[in-house]
Amino acid sequence: MEIAKPSRNKGRSRIVRNLNNGIQDLSSEHNLQFYSIPPVETISLQEFEEYAVERLKVLKVIETAGAKYVKGSEKYNDHVELEIRKTPFKRLLKHSDIVSESDLHKARQLDKISHFILRLAYCRSEELRRWFLQQELDFFRFRFQCETNLSERKKFLEINKLKYEPISDTEKNSVQEQLAQAGKVDAGRVNTLEYFKVPFTEALDLVRARRVYLHQGSAYVPYEEMVSILLSVYRTKLSQALAVTSRALPHLEEDDRLLPMLCGLSKRYLGQDYSNRKINVGQITADMIEMLSKKSFPLCMQHLHQALRQNHHLRHGGRMQYGLFLKGIGLSLDEALKFWRSEFTKIMDGDKFDKQYAYNIRHNYGKEGKRADYTPYSCMKIIMSNVPGTGDYHGCPFRHMDADLLKQKLRAQNIGGEYLDKIMIDLKGNHYQLACTHYFEAVHHLSLDTHNGINHPSQYFDDSQKELNGNKLVSSGGTNRSLRPASQNTPKSKPSQVSQHSDSGEMEDDFDFEAAVHSIPQE
Amino acid sequence: MTDGKNSYDASSLPDLLPIYYKRLFPYSPYYRWLNYGGVFKNYFTHREFSFTLKDDVYIRYQSFSDQQDLEKEIQKRCPYKIDIGAIFTHRPKDHKTIKAAAFQAQEKELVFDIDMTDYDDVRRCCSGADICEKCWPLMQIAIKIIDRALRDDFGFEHLLWVYSGRRGVHCWVCDEVARKLSQDGRTAVAEYLSVVKGGENQTRKVVLDDRIHPSIGCAINVIRGRFSDYALSKQDFLGNEEKYTKVLQLVPDEEFREALSGYMQNFGKSNHRWLVFIEKQKEILDKGAFKKSQNMVEEIMLQYCYPRLDVNVSKGVNHLLKSPFCVHPKTGRVCVPIDPENVDSFDPFKVPTISGLIEELNKFETTEEQGKRMKDYRRTSLNESIQIFEKFLKKLEGSWKGRLQEQSDMKMEF
Repeated sequence: MEIAKPSRNKGRSRIVRNLNNGIQDLSSEHNLQFYSIPPVETISLQEFEEYAVERLKVLKVIETAGAKYVKGSEKYNDHVELEIRKTPFKRLLKHSDIVSESDLHKARQLDKISHFILRLAYCRSEELRRWFLQQELDFFRFRFQCETNLSERKKFLEINKLKYEPISDTEKNSVQEQLAQAGKVDAGRVNTLEYFKVPFTEALDLVRARRVYLHQGSAYVPYEEMVSILLSVYRTKLSQALAVTSRALPHLEEDDRLLPMLCGLSKRYLGQDYSNRKINVGQITADMIEMLSKKSFPLCMQHLHQALRQNHHLRHGGRMQYGLFLKGIGLSLDEALKFWRSEFTKIMDGDKFDKQYAYNIRHNYGKEGKRADYTPYSCMKIIMSNVPGTGDYHGCPFRHMDADLLKQKLRAQNIGGEYLDKIMIDLKGNHYQLACTHYFEAVHHLSLDTHNGINHPSQYFDDSQKELNGNKLVSSGGTNRSLRPASQNTPKSKPSQVSQHSDSGEMEDDFDFEAAVHSIPQE
Repeated sequence: MTDGKNSYDASSLPDLLPIYYKRLFPYSPYYRWLNYGGVFKNYFTHREFSFTLKDDVYIRYQSFSDQQDLEKEIQKRCPYKIDIGAIFTHRPKDHKTIKAAAFQAQEKELVFDIDMTDYDDVRRCCSGADICEKCWPLMQIAIKIIDRALRDDFGFEHLLWVYSGRRGVHCWVCDEVARKLSQDGRTAVAEYLSVVKGGENQTRKVVLDDRIHPSIGCAINVIRGRFSDYALSKQDFLGNEEKYTKVLQLVPDEEFREALSGYMQNFGKSNHRWLVFIEKQKEILDKGAFKKSQNMVEEIMLQYCYPRLDVNVSKGVNHLLKSPFCVHPKTGRVCVPIDPENVDSFDPFKVPTISGLIEELNKFETTEEQGKRMKDYRRTSLNESIQIFEKFLKKLEGSWKGRLQEQSDMKMEF
């Protein structure tokens, strides 16, 4: 692409008028950028779409990798790199084959333009913004960490006017011991490292994980952890930019060609999410739960169910995780109230239940407060956030339960042999969703590694019902559309945590860009 | 444990509250706190209060134009409980007239809630809402540890510690940086301070690295200084087979655990048994054996004593927390400030109760001349708590004096 490519729709497909003279744009000086200045080139609609799709593929790779591996780990980096090599973004990777200046320039333009297109597509709702922000941050982190060349890193800081002065040796020596302990390195190694002192609010990730030494409100950040600070700068910039873009978007909506495309883009890629799933409310009644919990509930929900039956109570975290799950499989508000009431009133009077708990249940169904229609928690959410504390039974058993206790519980359900072995190996490797998948296979008497992967408790339920009832869903209507992987490039040979419903015969819905392109009115 | 002389009868609360709110609630210092010197416009008027009335009737989004307005409303409603929420973009009482998206919580003190019920798996004396002098030391340890970390690590200065009226304590961090923290910022601080992690299905809730973070190191020192008194004497936490078996479950290496179990039977008392733990850890440290158990002693101390925060309370900017100087409806105790420098002299069982205070008032009335102009609370045992509050307030006021000066200087320029 050399600036404006002649196209059929010339003149009308410009996103931004060419303002190249006057403003000095340094963003193409470096492989990395904060995308502060919008692109000024003219591109064709076709390119517009291609660029967006290429970046989406990459972001999807980032998301999948984050679900499978610990972010920043070797396996994570290897996986991401391997997948990115399949896209035009490969030229931005280090160690890539020596590329010519003009190739590099092209790749940087692609990076920039595609980022700005997706900003347009993903600024439209809170949920979209959150998804996009997260993936972009992870993508940035990956790229910054790949940039091992110190002078390149420094150049990036310079271009973006981020001045962080390293602390003096005297100061370093005075807190050497603390720096070593906080950074989990030898005291001797501290001497060889450079440290920056920043307000703790600029290094929240490091503070949260207790990975830096904190004193009087300052975090002592080693140079290697610089990326965390950059990420927090980037997060602020990007989330502000997204908010601004979303306010400006209505002015763009004149354009009847870009709009459907942007809509289409954002609809397809919200990642693994069950929120768009149509629920057949009323298929499940309170008295069916006991039976269903034994047959078709994932282990996390079985535990919550048992804890509820045993204690006639669940704490907030448990009520949310279990309550929203039940809502997701089709329990109506009235049935939900009946269900919770019957259990809770064994230890309290109905009055107390109505006052303290019924509100919460109605709230979950969007009948109180800000009337948001809450969606069931995904595996990611259950595993990563909201860690259970004392008195809590929620969380993911494969993540939050002692291995010995888990083993014992699985044995009690007659799960043994190679299934149990596989699950225990998964646990050691922190592959909680894989462990759950193997659990699913054991329960439903499937051979190992034949299921496509569990990534949502509701999906577990649906798949289980399919197995048991021969593809007839009790809560039929779940299209599972958004569950499919974004990229056809995802290797199918390896069972992954991303479910690939290749059996569902709906595959053609995915990646239907050709159709999308044809549907765009052209002159 | 009963309240001794301050016997309190919950059914008398509706009769006592009007007197308490009329004559004892310290409106003036309370308003001075929440107005923050008027440095920021609307700081008081856009603050959410919520009231819990009789029979659990709950009203949110109350707000007041000034101290008089607040006083009038409180005395009119006589709430069983007052909660303080965030400072919003608009007056909370107008929230229905504003688009939901525009009505946003903007700032609030960073708050912490530590509740004894969260320690039920490690205290043997009581459970649930009950406390006694055998488990209260847990709260003293909690205040010591969190107070130090907030001051030394985060550089906060204005911490208001408050007894929650029954079984726990609250902390209000009132520094400007804290009040302006985002949800992410609050979460990060709360998680930094959380060490004991895991639910009912996880026995070993503290896992330390080879190198212990300096902040946790300081926490361990606090616990170490109090461990013998609290865990060994008061709780007798290795006192019988059931108790020490529970502790042994926290030893990661099975072989080592069995060896320790053998020693337990040879010794009869908690303190002797604990010495075995300490000595055996030294041994394995020297030998470099049982890698996973190298920090076992510290891990056990932390699991049994490290403060357990209810992080959900801290995370949200708009999360409500019970106000200081409320009366706990069940115990009748006033939610009084605690001086973090004198944590040990604070006794929850000696906290003034509403019935006790009103009795004191009555006594004064019969013995003293009416003429003296003196705030009623100054004549009761509530005075001591208000002094602690004033001390906190005085320091806080120092933080905006400079700023007010600046503002008035700017005006003089014109």
